[in-house]
Amino acid sequence: MTKIIKTEKVQAWYGTEKALNGISLDINKNKVTAIIGPSGCGKSTFIRCLNRMHEVIPGAKVTGKVLVNDVDIYSAQVDPVDIRRKIGMVFQKPNPFPTMSIFNNVASGLKLNGITDKKFVAESVEKSLKMAALWDEVKTRLHHSGMSLSGGQQQRLCIARALAVEPDILLMDEPASALDPISTLRIEELLQELKKEYTIVIVTHNMQQAARISDYTAFLLNGDLIEYDLTESMFTKPNDKRTEDYITGRFG
Amino acid sequence: MNNLQAQYNKHMIRRKATNYIMLTMMVLCAVIALIPLISILTHIGASGIKGLNLGFITNLPSPVGETGGGMGNGLVGTLILVTIASVIGIPLGVLTAIYLSEYQQIGIFPSVVRFVADSLLGIPSIVVGIFAYVVIVIPMKSFSAFAGGAALGIMLIPIIIRGTEGMLRMVPDSYREAGLALGMRKWRVIVSIVLPTAIRGIVTTIMLGIARISGETAPLLLTAFGNHYWSTRIDQPIAALPLQIFNYAISPFEEWHNQAWSGSLLLILLVLIISIVSRVATRQQKFK
Ligand SMILES: Nc1ncnc2c1ncn2[C@@H]1O[C@H](COP(=O)(O)OP(=O)(O)OP(=O)(O)O)[C@@H](O)[C@H]1O
Ligand SMILES: [Mg+2]
Repeated sequence: MTKIIKTEKVQAWYGTEKALNGISLDINKNKVTAIIGPSGCGKSTFIRCLNRMHEVIPGAKVTGKVLVNDVDIYSAQVDPVDIRRKIGMVFQKPNPFPTMSIFNNVASGLKLNGITDKKFVAESVEKSLKMAALWDEVKTRLHHSGMSLSGGQQQRLCIARALAVEPDILLMDEPASALDPISTLRIEELLQELKKEYTIVIVTHNMQQAARISDYTAFLLNGDLIEYDLTESMFTKPNDKRTEDYITGRFG
Repeated sequence: MNNLQAQYNKHMIRRKATNYIMLTMMVLCAVIALIPLISILTHIGASGIKGLNLGFITNLPSPVGETGGGMGNGLVGTLILVTIASVIGIPLGVLTAIYLSEYQQIGIFPSVVRFVADSLLGIPSIVVGIFAYVVIVIPMKSFSAFAGGAALGIMLIPIIIRGTEGMLRMVPDSYREAGLALGMRKWRVIVSIVLPTAIRGIVTTIMLGIARISGETAPLLLTAFGNHYWSTRIDQPIAALPLQIFNYAISPFEEWHNQAWSGSLLLILLVLIISIVSRVATRQQKFK
């Protein structure tokens, strides 16, 4: 099993406030890894450390190592821009670009990074929208504003936008929290499809979803990694009492 | 009815009355605030419209006693001065605002920049005129359009810095993060995502600044100086509408007073037209 991401004692701060107390965790290639844990435990912070998005926040700091394909992404020679092109991200709240059409939103990662081949871009937009299960709803109005979509559609638009740049790894921060059950199901199917080519790390609050879609699950609590295992083992026989309590809904 | 609702209802009448009184007061204040504005506009309109014809905006001023003179040179002069001021003020102001909002929000240097900008905003405009006189007019040994435009440009910079910074800050960080996470370079995110999102507000800020400076008289007294003849040279003294309005208004001649009113109306219309044109030009793309 190839470990595509290895983190070693990753600690993260917001100013003086520590959000992660040293997370060491290896993520397997072509698998779906779910990150679960109560609100505020550091799930978003952790996945933002994996594509160097944490440092974007003023005053935020990361220590420890994150190796992607055995390259330390925090070493001085590495350009964060290259990392982010290889590691895509879907955020907790949908954030389509307000001045762009649906088409341009999906195309933005290509066009604004210098891809000029119109045919290639158009095909890529269609493919990405289909993968994100949005194509049928928007194919007749690709040039309307991205903001004219419903919240759930906007989130799928953001997923399409992230897919269009064809990253190797996709980080998803509760991508389904604003979606109805049918779109959620389609996203879940999409993940199963995607993991043939991509590696997916997904934050979720929904235990059933984690159990359904993920191969591995990591449980975070107050900035610590409590347990990390095959999803099947974790949900049937958790090793830690706190994991069990959380999964069975006794707290969190 | 439970206890809590009973408590709510107890104060119902008083709250409704308070609400009503406050609302009336706010509407009243709004009306009072509008009175001077509307009366200035109607008075200028009524007094200025008589003399405002094609000749007025194409002719040179005529000597006292002769009719048919205009402020054509003043109009052209003001356009040139405002253009020089914009060429200086807009890039400096907008780039400084981008620096403050996108690159360095906190720290000693940004705080100093903000403090200086705020102080500049409060400086009397005659002082800016004297400054331009000392650093430009004296070394060049001549009053000039350039000195006048520079003085106005100096006044424009802080207005644009503070306004534009505010507009950029209103763009939610989530858009910047979305761009960065797609692997865009920072300047690309600024140019293609942040600026387009804020552009209307930025243009409004710039227009307010231009409206503000195009009516300034004091900074021009010692710089552009005024000119009775056509001039488009930036190294020579140049006419300006506010200067001409000022000179005519303090003259003892009835005819010139009327021309001052027409000049004021012309100035207002000029600002209005610039403002409308720039708004149309940056109109948000309408999605069907
Ligand atoms: N921008 C920020 N500035 C300061 N503190 C922050 C910031 N973002 C998060 N934090 C703090 O860091 C800790 C971890 O936050 P994080 O967003 O990673 O939680 P989470 O597990 O994603 O929660 P949720 O499930 O609610 O999204 C929290 O205590 C939070 O208050
Ligand atoms: Mg979160």
